[in-house]
Amino acid sequence: MKKNIFYLILLLFFTFIFSVFYIGLDKPNFYTPKEVKNSSLEEFTSNELFSNEQLNSKDIIENNKFTLVNIWASWCVPCRLEHSVLMDISEKANLNIIGLNYKDKKNNAIKFLNELGNPFSKVLTDPDGIISISLGAYGVPETFLLNNKSRVIKKYIGPLTKDNILEIKKIIK
Amino acid sequence: MIKLIKFILLILFLILSFQKLSMANNNSSQVDKISKNLRCLICQGQSVYDSQSDFALSMKILINNKIKEGKSEKQIYDYLKNQYGEWIVYDPEFNKKNIILWLFPLILFIFGGLLIYRKVFIN
Repeated sequence: MKKNIFYLILLLFFTFIFSVFYIGLDKPNFYTPKEVKNSSLEEFTSNELFSNEQLNSKDIIENNKFTLVNIWASWCVPCRLEHSVLMDISEKANLNIIGLNYKDKKNNAIKFLNELGNPFSKVLTDPDGIISISLGAYGVPETFLLNNKSRVIKKYIGPLTKDNILEIKKIIK
Repeated sequence: MIKLIKFILLILFLILSFQKLSMANNNSSQVDKISKNLRCLICQGQSVYDSQSDFALSMKILINNKIKEGKSEKQIYDYLKNQYGEWIVYDPEFNKKNIILWLFPLILFIFGGLLIYRKVFIN
C-alpha cells in the first residue's frame, strides 16, 4: 500500500514536470521589454548638434512641464518613417521636443534634418550611446515622455505611430 | 653621475607606467566581470560581454565610466536594474516571484536525502 502511494506521487510529479515543459514549448521565447516604472533620467551634459554648445539636461527639462525625448539617427530607416509624425506633433501640440542624435555623424544628421524638417527645439548628441543607456533605451528609434522632474512617464520603443501621438496629447492636456 | 640619474629616472618611469597599465587592466577586467553577468537585451542568448551590438558596446563604456566614478559592482547592477528591470541581470533575485526557482532544488535535495536515509538506515 505504502509502495503504491509512493509510485502514485512519483507519477504525479513526473506528469506535472512533463506538462510544465510541454506547455512551455508552445510559449514564444522572444523578449519583449516591459515598461520600467519610476525610472528617471540621470543628469547629463551633451553638445548641441548645430551650435556645439554644451547643455545640461536639467536646464532643458525642468523649464517645461513635459518634454518628449526622441532618440534618432540618420542611418536608421524607421526614424525616417516616424519623422513625419514628429513634425506633426511639433506643429500641433505645445510640447518641448528634444532630439537625441544616437551614434551618428554630424554632417549626416544635419543633412537628414534639412531634408525632412526639424521638429526638435534642441538636438543633443550621444556619440557613445551612453546617454541613451542611462535613459533605459534599447536602440533607435525610441521616445520618452518626461515630466519636469526628469521622470519617465511614458516610453515608446520603435517608431512613433499616430495612436502614440494621441496618447501623448491626452497625457499633456 | 648623469648616468645614474638617467638610470633612476628610467626605473621610475618603468614603475609608473607599469602601475598605470595594471590599473587599466584592473578596470577592464572588472568591466568584463560585470558585463558577463548582464544580459544583452537586444540579442538572443548573449551576454553584454559576448555581444558586439551597439547596445552592448555602449553598455561596456557606461560600466567603465561608472567604475571610474568609484561605483561598486552592486551599485552598477542596481542602477541598471532600475533602468531596465531585473531581466538585465542573469542572477535572479530572491523574491516572491522567484521563490519556487530558488527553493525547488533545495526541496529536491532534502527529499532525495530522506529517500537515501530510509533506504540505507531503516531498511
